Amino acid sequence: MSRTFRQYSVIPGFGLTLGYTITYLSLIVLIPLSMLFFRTAGMGWERFWSTISDPRVVASYKLTFGASLIATLINVVFGGIVAWTLVRYKFPGKTLIDAMVDLPFAIPTAVSGIALTAVYSKNGWIGQYLEPMGFKIAFAYPGVVVAMTFIGLPFVVRTLQPAIEDLHKENEEASASLGATRLQTFRYVILPAILPSLLTGFAMAFARALGEYGSIVFISGNLPMKTEITTWIITQKLDQYDTEGATAIALVMLLSSFAVLFTINAIQWWISQRHRGVS
Amino acid sequence: MYKYRGAIFQVTILVGLMMCLGCQPGSSGNTGGNAGGNTPSKLTILNVSYDPTREFYTEFNQEFETHWLAKSGQSLTVDQSHGGGGKQARAVIDGLKADVVTLALSYDIDQIAEKTKAFPRDWQKRLPNNSCPYTSTIVFLVRKGNPKQIKDWNDLTRSDVQVITPNPKTSGGARYNYLAAWGYALRQPNGNDETAFEFVKSIFKNVPVLDSGARGSTTTFIQREIGDVLLTWENEAFLSVNEFGPQDLDIVIPSMSIIAEPPVTVVDENAKANNALDVATAYLEYLYSPVGQKLAAKHFYRPYSPEHADPADLARFPKLELFSIDEVFGGWTKAQTTHFNDGGVFDRIYAVEKP
Repeated sequence: MSRTFRQYSVIPGFGLTLGYTITYLSLIVLIPLSMLFFRTAGMGWERFWSTISDPRVVASYKLTFGASLIATLINVVFGGIVAWTLVRYKFPGKTLIDAMVDLPFAIPTAVSGIALTAVYSKNGWIGQYLEPMGFKIAFAYPGVVVAMTFIGLPFVVRTLQPAIEDLHKENEEASASLGATRLQTFRYVILPAILPSLLTGFAMAFARALGEYGSIVFISGNLPMKTEITTWIITQKLDQYDTEGATAIALVMLLSSFAVLFTINAIQWWISQRHRGVS
Repeated sequence: MYKYRGAIFQVTILVGLMMCLGCQPGSSGNTGGNAGGNTPSKLTILNVSYDPTREFYTEFNQEFETHWLAKSGQSLTVDQSHGGGGKQARAVIDGLKADVVTLALSYDIDQIAEKTKAFPRDWQKRLPNNSCPYTSTIVFLVRKGNPKQIKDWNDLTRSDVQVITPNPKTSGGARYNYLAAWGYALRQPNGNDETAFEFVKSIFKNVPVLDSGARGSTTTFIQREIGDVLLTWENEAFLSVNEFGPQDLDIVIPSMSIIAEPPVTVVDENAKANNALDVATAYLEYLYSPVGQKLAAKHFYRPYSPEHADPADLARFPKLELFSIDEVFGGWTKAQTTHFNDGGVFDRIYAVEKP
């Protein structure tokens, strides 16, 4: 902490911009989120606990967090391959495919939910082949994973792309010429360099999957104890005029998402410290 | 460079989370096309309704707009908003400027009266027949030829039958479905609350998808081809057969069912603010007029005054034994608290069985 608080920059206006940043963040993020705490505070600890530990709600946490984790891991592996392909190779139609990665960002989630359901339900293009084989996707656990994978893909690809671009091919060649196998080159040369971006992408896709609502409610079937996601439970509470119950569960989601982000940041910090120690 | 990117991402994540968690109440996507309407020569009123009334009100609104123009010289537009009954009522409570509400059950309108105090709590006495200009009931929709031979409520408990219904927590129609099944079980020999619970529970064991509203379930049953039987409003069943073709679907009338009474009322405060109290009141009264009653019957609602309806339309309604919520469950408020509130009987159906 030897740096001074104020750093001189070519562009002036530190005070103004900092003030703006804090006001803006407060209006957009902090105040609305703090309303969650205020509204829940009125309900008392006992009711709060019985609301958030209700078996149906707990089942929805398990589904939401479990499916988000699976979907994000799928995205890290396959999104990673997509990012690698888009950066390292030249092929016709590359720009088009690159643009396609952003589609899940741009499409309204309800539209993607309807589209996915139409494709994966038992009379859909893909579902009609899978369901006779015993793979039920729409209206079951895998359907939730599919929707979460869909919406999380751009986060992983877009965070990985710049990191892969920054890789120097010479390092890989050097590694190979020093006798490393391909796997060793990947493990010791490529992976450490892209790991921080991979973690950021993971965190973003995971957080996005946790909060997703629009596309999942179409494909999940919303069966209590089986395929109800937490955001759906929140909506249902609101439909029953139970705003306090809804904000209580929303608070749990907020805190756990925060915990996830915090952990990922801690891991990133730990990695950067370790690397500093090595070099 | 990397550090800054991290910061931007975290902000993005937070904003994203907030949007996902915080903004659900406002995201019901209703058409609040209410343009103030201070000029008395041109007026817009908003009718907030439940799912399956879409087609009926589309036609009725046109009739009323013409009628109102001829009567008062005022050009009127009636906007409609449809969705699951609970969601619609909450939208009005949260501030959607509905001039009239026409919902599936009185409980939802009671909630609006209680939470917003925008109209008196005895609103149901303001119009004839407990403010229900039309009634309906719950019937079964099955695949052509009824391959699973589903005849009555007890067939729904068979393990080879898949049942489609919306979620009673969010859909008024689904609450009628549930209560109809419960009432049937009560009226069987030796029927009591215990047997009714087991009966309804075994029906919900056969439900593979719970949509949030009646229209969602219709889509699941017809377009996704999931399930063997759809429990639905009588008018929704007729409409589906008309819409999607009698070559695919059959209607099955159970031996008995529940009488569904969807009520209507003016939201006084909103209508006053919109300078539309007169027109809103006239709008609802017009539902009881010969024109309104005839249209209701045309769109498969059982009219309050059948003498105004086309006899051919009336002939389509099958005769069956009907029981009411008041008779069997002691009114909506009681039914709601016993069965559908959190911790109620419906939750016990899905509770994990303890050994």
